[in-house]
Amino acid sequence: MTNHSNNPAIGGKTSMKTIREAINDALREEMRRDPTVIILGEEVSGGAGCDGEDDAYGGVFGVTKGLMPEFGRERVIDTPISEAAIIGAAAGAANNGLRPVAELMFFDFIGVSFDQIFNQAAKFRYMFGGKSKTPMVIRGTVGGGWRAGAQHSSMLHSIVTHIAGLKVVMPANAYDAKGLMVQAIRDDDPVIFLEHKVMYDIACEVPDEQYSIPFGEASFPRQGNDVTIVAISNMVTHAITVADILAEEGIGCDVIDPRTVSPLDHEAILESVEVTGRLVIIDEGNPRCGLATDIAGIVAEHGFYSLKAPILTVTAPHTPVPFAPELEDAYLPSAEKLMVAVREVLAAGRSGA
Amino acid sequence: MPYSTEFLLSAYRTMKTIREFEERCVKEFEGGNIPGFTHVSNGQEAIAVAACIDLSDKDIIGSTHRGHGHCIAKGCDVGGMMKEIMGRATGLCKGKGGSMHIADIDKGMLGANAIVGGGPPLVNGAALAAKTLGTKNVALSFNGDGSANQGTVFEAMNLAVVLKLPHVFVYENNGYAEGTAANYGVGSNSLTDRNAGFGMPAECVDGLDFFATYEALKTATERARNGGGPTAIEAMCVRFDGHFIGDPQLYRGKDEIKNARKNQDCLKIFRERVIAEGWLKAAEMNAIDKEVMAEIETSVVDALAAPHPDPATDLMSDVYCSY
Ligand SMILES: Cc1ncc(C[n+]2csc(CCOP(=O)(O)OP(=O)(O)O)c2C)c(N)n1
Ligand SMILES: [Mg+2]
Repeated sequence: MTNHSNNPAIGGKTSMKTIREAINDALREEMRRDPTVIILGEEVSGGAGCDGEDDAYGGVFGVTKGLMPEFGRERVIDTPISEAAIIGAAAGAANNGLRPVAELMFFDFIGVSFDQIFNQAAKFRYMFGGKSKTPMVIRGTVGGGWRAGAQHSSMLHSIVTHIAGLKVVMPANAYDAKGLMVQAIRDDDPVIFLEHKVMYDIACEVPDEQYSIPFGEASFPRQGNDVTIVAISNMVTHAITVADILAEEGIGCDVIDPRTVSPLDHEAILESVEVTGRLVIIDEGNPRCGLATDIAGIVAEHGFYSLKAPILTVTAPHTPVPFAPELEDAYLPSAEKLMVAVREVLAAGRSGA
Repeated sequence: MPYSTEFLLSAYRTMKTIREFEERCVKEFEGGNIPGFTHVSNGQEAIAVAACIDLSDKDIIGSTHRGHGHCIAKGCDVGGMMKEIMGRATGLCKGKGGSMHIADIDKGMLGANAIVGGGPPLVNGAALAAKTLGTKNVALSFNGDGSANQGTVFEAMNLAVVLKLPHVFVYENNGYAEGTAANYGVGSNSLTDRNAGFGMPAECVDGLDFFATYEALKTATERARNGGGPTAIEAMCVRFDGHFIGDPQLYRGKDEIKNARKNQDCLKIFRERVIAEGWLKAAEMNAIDKEVMAEIETSVVDALAAPHPDPATDLMSDVYCSY
């Protein structure tokens, strides 16, 4: 059964936490709880071999700050710039008793390390007849908005979602980020954990205690009966903006945040479309063979008779990410573009049930 | 005099241009005129110039994320570069690339590269093309002490030896890969010993000394041009600024940067040497300083006035040659 509630209240104290802090919390608590959890990557501490301060970065986005001072360089490992070796070491260690959390500073660097991910880590269990476990997490930053150009701004979740054997997690708020990271570390399969680089400072109330959020369960940041909007990662922000504007016009948007794209909560999406009959998917990835077309395909196949209008998608165009701000802004999906699509889908097709 | 006055003035002018360009980039970045991540190469000018001064537009270089100096040394238009870094439509790459992806194929500048270790395999390709087509052109890749640890770089070095490619591997060892010391990240004690292990001539030079660096690179480039295959030159140098503009640099020792600017400035070292040798006069270089300052000022004024790209026409263009 799909959990149709929003984030369930957990007893005990909560604090305002950013996504950065929430992930840091999850990592710290899991490292305290389980000595087999290690972190490795470039600048995860920073300052290795230098004369100045240790823990100089704590990750270039500061997500792992403070962990090296607590757990030492043996468990928070600064590596040379060698992504294939980093990911391979994480996968091999995961097969041999550790629970590594490897960092790709920018997920674009998956290119350098891809074999170790998709031919190795993802396939071990199947190839070895179910006899191995690869409990590893690969953290990486994704997405545009930083004017970082074509090689540091990609949204490559669809590529890893395509690969059987990988789980793919994309939190859109601090509460989910913490609970999903805990689950990712405790999970026995390789998990790709994608953090949107423009979202790190977004805060919400987060329980102080450790909790995990199961994979494959969507959340519903807004509920409504007129149109379904599926959004992931930073696009959830836009979906909420649109839903709140339309709510004032008396139009109810059912905003679904799958939270994990592999596994994907098909049921939640299909159930919602059964009610609304109208679906818009917003995704920052490129349009071909992407998450948006994937979800559209699932609904076309399994929810066709619920549809009152064609499914619309709002995605980045079929180009690399441009550098110039006006080009990048035009490239990225936005609340404005989503609004146009939602109004179009509301106006189109058959009315009534 | 072992060097012509023209050569010395040209070397000085280019180094000074890089210095002023980079320091101005820092200022413009801090003033909000440069978007994104920007890595500057001030302090490392001697190596870029020593490597490129004898190259023609047909010789190819592959650069790194810290590529402005390499661009200028290879003859890229400073005005076009400033526009690119500011994301303007008339920039070298129409504002689509930015600082980390700046390129000028017409000048044999194959591109900065935001993927550490992305360049050397491509530069092998340029070298392979030169060798196959018999052009006698050479290719040169810039690498860092950090990128030296990337598998792509190891593979490229081995392939260059196997195919005897006209590829000069330059390693700018500025002691840091972001906030990780070279003496930590490079597991062997010496980058140069490791380079030699690939089976190519390998040498370590003082990258603050333009002349030492130039001589080593000249030998390497001539070897490549004459069919002698690849060489690796490690040039020791210092990075005056942060890894990126805005880097708090907590990992650096106290007074390290102040000392570097004072005692390890390749431009000062060049000036002192050419004056002591009686090769150039201070006045000649001071005149160049003025011209360079004016050129950089113009590049900024022009770039700030340059048109922005138009999403309607520029977003979807240039993805393919035809589609
Ligand atoms: C494949 C890849 N990994 C990591 C990075 C992040 N990164 C950019 S520059 C850099 C350090 C490079 O060090 P070095 O090669 O010594 O060059 P320097 O910055 O000193 O010029 C790192 C880790 C990247 N851009 N690409
Ligand atoms: Mg370096």
